[in-house]
Amino acid sequence: MTDILFSEEHEWVRVDGDVATCGISEYAQVQLGDVVFVDLPTLGAEVNKDDDCAVVESVKAASDVYAPVSGEVIEINEALETDPGLVNSDAQGDGWFFKVKISDASELEGLMDEAAYAKFCKG
Amino acid sequence: MLKDGRPTRPLPANDSGEPFATFTGSRALEQDEPLIFEMDSPGAVGVDLPTKVAAKTRLGDLARQEKVGLPSLAEPTVVRHYTRISRLNYGIDTGLFPLGSCTMKHNPRLNERMARLPGFADLHPMQPVSTIQGALALMQHLKNWLSVLTGMPGVALPPGAGAHGELCGMMAIKAALNSRGDGEKRRRVLAPASAHGTNPATAAMLGYQVDEIPENDRGRVDLEAFKAMLGEDVAGIMLTNPNTCGVFENDIRAIADAIHDIGGFFYCDGANFNAIVGRVRPGDLGVDAMHINLHKTFSTPHGGGGPGAGPVVFSEALAPFAPIPWIVGDDETGFDLIESSDQGATTSFGRMKGFHGQMGMFTRALTYILSHGSDGLMQASGDAVLAANYVKARLQDVMSAPFGDGPCMHEALFDESFLKDTGITTLDFAKAMIDEGYHPMTMYFPLVVKGAMLIEPTESESKESLDKFIDCLRFLAEEAKNRNVERFQQAPRFAPRRRLDETQAARKPILRWRPNVQELQAAE
Repeated sequence: MTDILFSEEHEWVRVDGDVATCGISEYAQVQLGDVVFVDLPTLGAEVNKDDDCAVVESVKAASDVYAPVSGEVIEINEALETDPGLVNSDAQGDGWFFKVKISDASELEGLMDEAAYAKFCKG
Repeated sequence: MLKDGRPTRPLPANDSGEPFATFTGSRALEQDEPLIFEMDSPGAVGVDLPTKVAAKTRLGDLARQEKVGLPSLAEPTVVRHYTRISRLNYGIDTGLFPLGSCTMKHNPRLNERMARLPGFADLHPMQPVSTIQGALALMQHLKNWLSVLTGMPGVALPPGAGAHGELCGMMAIKAALNSRGDGEKRRRVLAPASAHGTNPATAAMLGYQVDEIPENDRGRVDLEAFKAMLGEDVAGIMLTNPNTCGVFENDIRAIADAIHDIGGFFYCDGANFNAIVGRVRPGDLGVDAMHINLHKTFSTPHGGGGPGAGPVVFSEALAPFAPIPWIVGDDETGFDLIESSDQGATTSFGRMKGFHGQMGMFTRALTYILSHGSDGLMQASGDAVLAANYVKARLQDVMSAPFGDGPCMHEALFDESFLKDTGITTLDFAKAMIDEGYHPMTMYFPLVVKGAMLIEPTESESKESLDKFIDCLRFLAEEAKNRNVERFQQAPRFAPRRRLDETQAARKPILRWRPNVQELQAAE
């Protein structure tokens, strides 16, 4: 599995072979506050990079989650439906959103590594 | 000291400063009150009913088997219950209500008196038209006023509130597009990122794809970005003016022209009309449809005090598609209702409400309009803007205004950057306001501003009242700066309930009281 990568919309990706696990970053989780609901993409759906494909709702606001890479959704984290708090307790681990079978690996090149993302968040 | 040695001054507070818990849970006049269902006292009754009901049931096996579940209580208990909980209420009649984008203004008592006149209050909507001429005249006069104030010829009174009005306006747009054979290809509606959530929701409900227009660094629509989004597939734009950042969209004429050039329509969210009444006519700005919240701009009670009412005004192009019933006629000829296509409403998109809308609110709104007169309405909008600017000017050195120190319209917007590194959030700040006896301002809206605090004082606050409010916020801002975090993070300390668990409330809402609710909670 590769190192974690981040998008400017605060999604993260971990790549294992041609499968990308996606979620929202620890920084995004803190900004959102307590997550109360997560709407995940449909299994088998084709998503394009930068499409809104999930919704995360906190006590403050509802936000779209964008696909950081294109591909087919092959797994969703059903645990989030009953326990959306996983996004707060472990955003970049157990709080993952969905897994995508990557259709274009070159899209990963535009994403940031951990250090670049930390700098990006400091703005 | 009195002669028996009792101190005549209050004792000093205890060491912790915390008020001690009372045996009853009440705090003097503020009484702890259970739900009425928890007070059920089987056998107690408020009225004597005959023990045997002679009527024969004809429901057969459809008759209800299980208990109805209403509590049994004597009349004095019921009177006390509702009187007690009414004293926990906070409303515009008890204090300043700075809820931004909600226009919580004073509801003049004259309105109430007029709305209670039996000739208006006791009507039945299915009475013969000949017996409701006075009510129809009132509605027609209100329509005329709304038409003159907005510079738009068509008026539909029925919609029940703002979002319902939006739906009405957008349905008229859809009907107009369909009537010229353009409905199928126009699938997109544009709305700014700062829009009320009801705007995209309305468009989505009608099957449109909603695209978000970015705002510029002055809190307004980014005109170039907007123009780049336009195309033959756009049905229209939904825009609030003044917008939810409390500023006027200066490019509104250019926006209207651009949307008309591509054949789309301009829906204006009129929630903030209170800022411009008598000064700007939306029709002159190129607006095609706009709802007017009578319960905001024209002082009818809302927020638990009464139903909303969201009449919609239409441009010449959209007026034929207005929902039925239509009121026709004038004071000379008398009034009539057109309620179907058979009667001539062939272009109407249909009906939005069972009857005519909120009659009580029409009566209140027209009373407000007539008692103010055109000069009074103009002064009200001017005073509303002046009050907001006074608040902004006196607070912006201690709080932070995201779009600079320029003037605002009817509401003053602050963000959370003045709380940076204090450990205090917008939510904490709002809760501390409750302890000070104020209803908090609108928080975390508009979404385009981080930790937004949106303050709309309205024109009905006196300068003394505004000064007291401002001094309170300056004090709280100072306390935050001095890192007195406990005042905020422990707030509210003096409200009937302390900080509520909003997360649990959203994740596991208990929507209905049941006798065994405590057991259910314990089991989890």
